[in-house]
Amino acid sequence: MSSAQDVITSEERRDIRNRWLLSAPALFLIAIAAIGPLFVVLLYSVMLKGDYGDVKFWNFSRDGWFEVFFQKDIFDDTVTWADAHIVVLWRSIRLASYTTLLALVLGFPTAYFIATRDEHRRDVWLFLITIPFWTNLLIRTFAIQELIRNEGLVNSVLLGLGVISTPIQMMYTDFAVMLGMAYVFLPLMVLPLYSSMEKMDFRLVEAGYDLYAGRFQVLRKIIIPLVKPGIIAGSILVFIPALGSYVTPRMLGGGKILMLGNLIDLQFDQGRNWPLGAALSITLMAIVMVALLFYVRNASKSGAGHG
Amino acid sequence: MYAMLQSRVRAMDKGFSIRRMPGFTFIAVACFLFLYLPIITLSIFAFNAGESIALWKGFSMRWFVAAWANTDVREAATRSFQVAFVAATCATIAATMAAIATTRTAPYRGLTFKFAFINQPLMVPEIVTAVALLIVFSRIKVWTGYSGIGYLFLAHSAFCIPFAYMPIRARLENMDLTLEKAAADLYAPPWAAFRYVTFPLLWPGILSGFMLAFVISLDDVVITNLIKSGGQETLPTYMLGQIKRGVTPEINAISVVFLLLSILVVTVFFFVNKKKV
Repeated sequence: MSSAQDVITSEERRDIRNRWLLSAPALFLIAIAAIGPLFVVLLYSVMLKGDYGDVKFWNFSRDGWFEVFFQKDIFDDTVTWADAHIVVLWRSIRLASYTTLLALVLGFPTAYFIATRDEHRRDVWLFLITIPFWTNLLIRTFAIQELIRNEGLVNSVLLGLGVISTPIQMMYTDFAVMLGMAYVFLPLMVLPLYSSMEKMDFRLVEAGYDLYAGRFQVLRKIIIPLVKPGIIAGSILVFIPALGSYVTPRMLGGGKILMLGNLIDLQFDQGRNWPLGAALSITLMAIVMVALLFYVRNASKSGAGHG
Repeated sequence: MYAMLQSRVRAMDKGFSIRRMPGFTFIAVACFLFLYLPIITLSIFAFNAGESIALWKGFSMRWFVAAWANTDVREAATRSFQVAFVAATCATIAATMAAIATTRTAPYRGLTFKFAFINQPLMVPEIVTAVALLIVFSRIKVWTGYSGIGYLFLAHSAFCIPFAYMPIRARLENMDLTLEKAAADLYAPPWAAFRYVTFPLLWPGILSGFMLAFVISLDDVVITNLIKSGGQETLPTYMLGQIKRGVTPEINAISVVFLLLSILVVTVFFFVNKKKV
């Protein structure tokens, strides 16, 4: 390090000051309408719940956090696990994981397919992946709902062909929620996978074949390790929104409280238990942060960043 | 060279391609069908002459007419576009300034902080942001008595920033500083350098950023649904309410319009970004 680099000239100082001024509007907007409110959520999670929603201000209480995992019997005050919440939490993690897996199983070959097209044709395929991604999530969920309803296309075709005699009940099941989430988040898996595969050196694949590796061995020992950053990035990008999903489980899962997002919403709606809702929100965010940390650690370990 | 020849010979010999993976093409085609079949079915039934969204009764535009005649739909659509326009404009201006401030520089203290800050809305689940804003805004409503559309403007502007920021930053990173430096050498004041040098080079990025922000705002349902005051339905929240009740192809007709809008935006986005700096 030369000493010249350590000295900050007045011109550089002015440049840095200008750069802070320039970024001020964006930082300000996000501070007041995104990050700041999160701290208020934290504050609300330790307040006493109000009678008709909201909280009793500056009446601190552990109830919100307590109720995330436990419940107290109203008659004899015995403390038991809050089974309903744990079931929803577990289902959210499970459904988000299955969704990620399904998206990976479908997305990996698709990204590979696109990456192995002629260069000028790839854009067309990518374009086809991008369009659903920028289409309203609500509309896409509605579209999948129309397909899997009892009177929907899938059942109609199967009935018409005589494969089944009564419609298969797909709506309002965990399967429907998983399928719907895989459908809406699939582009988030394909795009980072593609950008990893595009950079892949196919001479390494060829070297594998030259050394008498089979297709499966090449896939397992060469391609998958090479595109691992893409696999991790795609999985995280699908897992996080799936975990916090609200619209898809609400529409495809019917009226039941299916996932964490719906449970949180309920506390602010009919539940009128804002502290519990706030504590559940922080819980959801904590899980997301763990997933992100896992990603950051893996991304830095494998050297290259994601695409 | 030798490897190329070898692979070519092998390709001619047994039709062996190193790029092929058995079954992958099949899954990929299935995947594209999976992506498009629901949207296409939905679109077809928007043109159904019958009342049903599953039973085809012949071609008709009646549901588009019905949607257009429905004052609730018109009002919600107007509000959606109003919010999206204001939010995308604010977000794009803020994001452009932030992008200029965070690119083409040696790392300085606070740079990583800025990146994290700007991208924060992407990392928090939407429902959490929605709940957080609901809490804050309901408190402000009590204090000030104001329950207008300003809350939607503010919330949408904030969560659109990272989307507007991405393409603008990407574009800036591919531009070098030479031209701006030349402008400065010729005594152009900073705003003139921006107006005549930076902006003309940057506008494809700014346009892309604006369009992404616009679409993101237009699509939002979770945050809007929680923070809107009474009578502030946007098109997506209106649709969410309708879908719960059971639907006519009117919803399909609205969806088709949305779909065309998305295709338009993606197409423009694609072509604008293809032009290299």
